[in-house]
Amino acid sequence: MTKNLRVKSSEYIDETNRISFKFNNKTYHGFKGDTLASALLANDVHLVGRSFKYHRPRGIMTSGSEEPNAIVQVNPGTNRTEPNVRATEVEIYEGLEASSQNCWPSVEFDIGGINNFLSPFFPAGFYYKTFMWPASFWEKYEFFIRHSAGLGKSPTSNDPDIYDHRNIHCDVLVVGAGISGILAAKNAAKNNFKTLLVDEKNELGGSTIFENNEFNKIDNKTPSEWLKKEIEELKNIENLEIKTRTSVAAYHQYNYLLARENLTDHLEAKDKTNKIRQRLLKIRAKKVILATGALERPLIFNNNDRPGIMLSSAIKKYSEFYGVACGSKNVFFTNNDSAYESAMSLYNKGINVEAIIDIREQSESKIVKKVKEAGIKIYWSHSVVDTTGYKRLNSISIMKLSNDGTSVTGGKISISCDCLGVAGGWTPAVHLYTQSGSKLKFDEEKKVFLPNQNTSEQISVGSCSGDFKIDEIIKNLNQKLKDTFNINETDLDSIKVEIDQENSKRNIWLLPSDKPIGKTKPFVDYQNDATAKDIKLALREGFRSIEHVKRYTTTGMGTDQGKLGNMHALGIIADTAGVKMGELGTTTFRPPYTPLTFGTIVGRNVGKFFDIFRRTPMNDWHIENKAEFENVGQWKRAWYYPINGETMHQAVQRESKAARESAGILDASTLGKIDIQGSDASEFLNRVYTNAWSKLAIGKCRYGLMLNEDGMVYDDGVTTRLGENHYIMTTTTGGAANVLGKLEDYLQTEWPELDVYLTSVTDHYATASLCGPNSKKILEKIIPDLDLSDENFPHMSFKEVNIGSIQCRIMRISFTGEQSYEINVQASYGKDLWKKCIDAGQEFNITPYGTETMHLLRAEKGFIIVGQDTDGTMTPIDLQMDWIVSKKKYDFIGKRSLYRSDTMREDRKQLVGLLTDDPNIVLEEGAQIVSDLNQSPVEMLGHVTSSYFSPNLKKSIALAVVRGGKDMMGKKLFVPMENKNINVTVANPVFYDEKNERLNA
Amino acid sequence: MFLINCPYCGERDQQEFKAGGEAHIERPKQPTELSDDEWAEYLFMRKNIKGVQFERWNHAHGCRKWFNMVRDTSNDEIKAIYKMGEKPPSQ
Ligand SMILES: [Zn+2]
Repeated sequence: MTKNLRVKSSEYIDETNRISFKFNNKTYHGFKGDTLASALLANDVHLVGRSFKYHRPRGIMTSGSEEPNAIVQVNPGTNRTEPNVRATEVEIYEGLEASSQNCWPSVEFDIGGINNFLSPFFPAGFYYKTFMWPASFWEKYEFFIRHSAGLGKSPTSNDPDIYDHRNIHCDVLVVGAGISGILAAKNAAKNNFKTLLVDEKNELGGSTIFENNEFNKIDNKTPSEWLKKEIEELKNIENLEIKTRTSVAAYHQYNYLLARENLTDHLEAKDKTNKIRQRLLKIRAKKVILATGALERPLIFNNNDRPGIMLSSAIKKYSEFYGVACGSKNVFFTNNDSAYESAMSLYNKGINVEAIIDIREQSESKIVKKVKEAGIKIYWSHSVVDTTGYKRLNSISIMKLSNDGTSVTGGKISISCDCLGVAGGWTPAVHLYTQSGSKLKFDEEKKVFLPNQNTSEQISVGSCSGDFKIDEIIKNLNQKLKDTFNINETDLDSIKVEIDQENSKRNIWLLPSDKPIGKTKPFVDYQNDATAKDIKLALREGFRSIEHVKRYTTTGMGTDQGKLGNMHALGIIADTAGVKMGELGTTTFRPPYTPLTFGTIVGRNVGKFFDIFRRTPMNDWHIENKAEFENVGQWKRAWYYPINGETMHQAVQRESKAARESAGILDASTLGKIDIQGSDASEFLNRVYTNAWSKLAIGKCRYGLMLNEDGMVYDDGVTTRLGENHYIMTTTTGGAANVLGKLEDYLQTEWPELDVYLTSVTDHYATASLCGPNSKKILEKIIPDLDLSDENFPHMSFKEVNIGSIQCRIMRISFTGEQSYEINVQASYGKDLWKKCIDAGQEFNITPYGTETMHLLRAEKGFIIVGQDTDGTMTPIDLQMDWIVSKKKYDFIGKRSLYRSDTMREDRKQLVGLLTDDPNIVLEEGAQIVSDLNQSPVEMLGHVTSSYFSPNLKKSIALAVVRGGKDMMGKKLFVPMENKNINVTVANPVFYDEKNERLNA
Repeated sequence: MFLINCPYCGERDQQEFKAGGEAHIERPKQPTELSDDEWAEYLFMRKNIKGVQFERWNHAHGCRKWFNMVRDTSNDEIKAIYKMGEKPPSQ
């Protein structure tokens, strides 16, 4: 029968609101206000998981986000399931289900527990040493690892929840709403700074809100009472926004912070729907005040990980805040006074405290005296040397510590207990501080790393800056606020604080046992099962850098980033290696502070919002006519138009034949268009293209090739001279933005003296490209007034005319080798123009074709596609396009590089045509080309870049880049494939109409 | 994530900007007169300093203007921002 360990009503727990939930399929009850951890503890459930490596039973250790052990799968088997959630952070609600992770078949009986008994075989570096070889065993290892080392399960269906992002700009961001954060936020807001206060918990007040040590007083009240009044006052302050359940995940440079605001995780399923689950806050703050508090340290001793062994401060919080006793026979183990506060908290509620084990020789503080008066047995100068109890602690053994603290002496005393609270002092939570790039310094006296050098406008206040006592906190906070806000007085000036002054501490990073260290298990990292023994082994094996020891032993590499034991790991390394902790430094704390869900990171950018896309004005027509689409850059382009159940191949063959035999039409609206104006426009083009532009007549078009400064082809397209100082440049669809960026770069930084202005007009125009022997007749029907004769409107020229009242620009240019007209109209008339062309073309069987047919037709002509036949390593000479490189021009971008020894090599890869000996075999794009099949290792000469079956030539054609290919015309080569070697012959890349007779046919 | 003070638009988030490599490398006026080594020096060689570095930045998703930045790469402190063509501030 489960015990009820609820001891007293707490004002934070609503006992009128009983909640049922399931853990590992068993139903339990808790109250509104409970976390999963507090509700389980109230039901006397400590065993909640198994450790990662040894599968040792583990229990709840903490009451916050630093929890290493109590990691659960929430709502398993549903589409809202989430792994690796800390039970100490889950607020319970009706219907909540959770289960243990990392155990199979169950947490009570876990087959991996055998690892615990095999542990001599699992030392530091185990994974590196064992799973590396033999390589053929990897599959077996993988099965074993995946099966027994599960870290929870990802959901298998779509996430039903909505996530959101929000930008926040504020004057002051305060992280952490404990006493320091609350006072800082209040004073910031009162001084007219727009302030945001965030805290990861659902209640304000941090640990002071349940601080009832009768010897500490603020204005004659207990800290708890006093702080409640302060929190009440916050509600009436202007300029202050407060966000609870909001955890800061990352602190980047320039005070840019990311925080996750949790909005529905604490609600029942029925209240979660259609609400935003989590919101990522992107905060840019002028000043940041870190009030992130401190985390209590455990103590490192033999078998310090059993369920029932917890942080002393957590026991106090469960008792004071949640009204839950963590055990019926409690013992504390400490090196400072905090455990005495926890003990008194239990004692005052009538919970049994058996003893306190203190490694110090004595303490004279008032709280210690109080404990003595209460009759609780204190063992001074003693240490815990062992614990027993497999699934729950049932006893501890203690021995007297030697004076130097390195060994134990005398007889062993055994104490029966079911809960051990450990108190090893406090570690300032400086994780966010260091994420910001700020630097820490080690304080030898307090044995803590403290903020030292700030990189941005920020301050750390309260215990995260090393002030652990309320009088220090108030005094230092007051001064920091005055300095930061440049003010002379605050409402902290009048606060009177009384505290219990004595606060001695004895620090021993690794406590001795009566057994040799090799026979003990003093855990340093609970989640990753790294022990002090592993750290010492790593040092013996020669590791010195803290970052290396971390990776070798996996200390601090769990989802909790080793928040509890990192300091001990450093301390043990320092002690063992005989170096100072300050010289050793710390490992890097990386964002996120606590794990984030993918949903929060992507926010609304899911489904069709995953990436932006662009559609042409003719898009609806393509959809109505059953086009298949392909993505080109951000554009959705019509790929091919299958009819009567055609395959892609059939459709493309039909479209390609029609375009050459009669007429085809292509939506070319996606081509990049840059409007170029200015008195130096011609000179500018001279400098950016490889060929000459000064003599291009108004109304004429010219093809241009643009290089990078390294001589490699960057982009290509046709540019038309519209007027004396006015050109329109077209670029490839995918390259438009980059070309504009590159041209702007040269104009602004290298040639600011040129009078040239660039404007992107890609979206302003829609383009229909009419092509084929009947294209002229179709255009004639649409614009009867225009003289389309070759004399008046020759190839590579331009006309500006009206179709009805619509102004349009027509270029007679061709990417297919056929007679062809590109008609550009204002985008909003694009669909209308398209329909006019289709109607006028009916009698000529005008055939709409997509990008695939366009690619096939240009390949028949040997025209390159930048990015398909080139890859950033091809010069125009490599492409056998020497004709386009001006010899006369003094300079253009990339010219000098064409004469580098490397670019002039004869054996560079060069563009050639390839014909298969069997005309029906179509090569695979990307296939490798070789000349000698018997060579070993075989030399790769190049690869196929474009390959199609040409319906117009009735044979397979391909373009390829081949080393030294320019001089291989007619040579036999091979394309080795998986099952066969294909015989090919090097050919002229212009397969069709070599003399360009069809352009004017 | 830097906060960058565009000399034309004011402070904007780093997302709006594109880094453009080392600053003050002038394109040679007469490339054809340079040896392969001299041209390679211009084309390929860039400094990668831990410390104060002079860089080009572009307000790509804003005014599209290029400008210069002096940045300490060891702590990402932006020490100065100035327009193209202006002399770097004296240290
Ligand atoms: Zn700008």
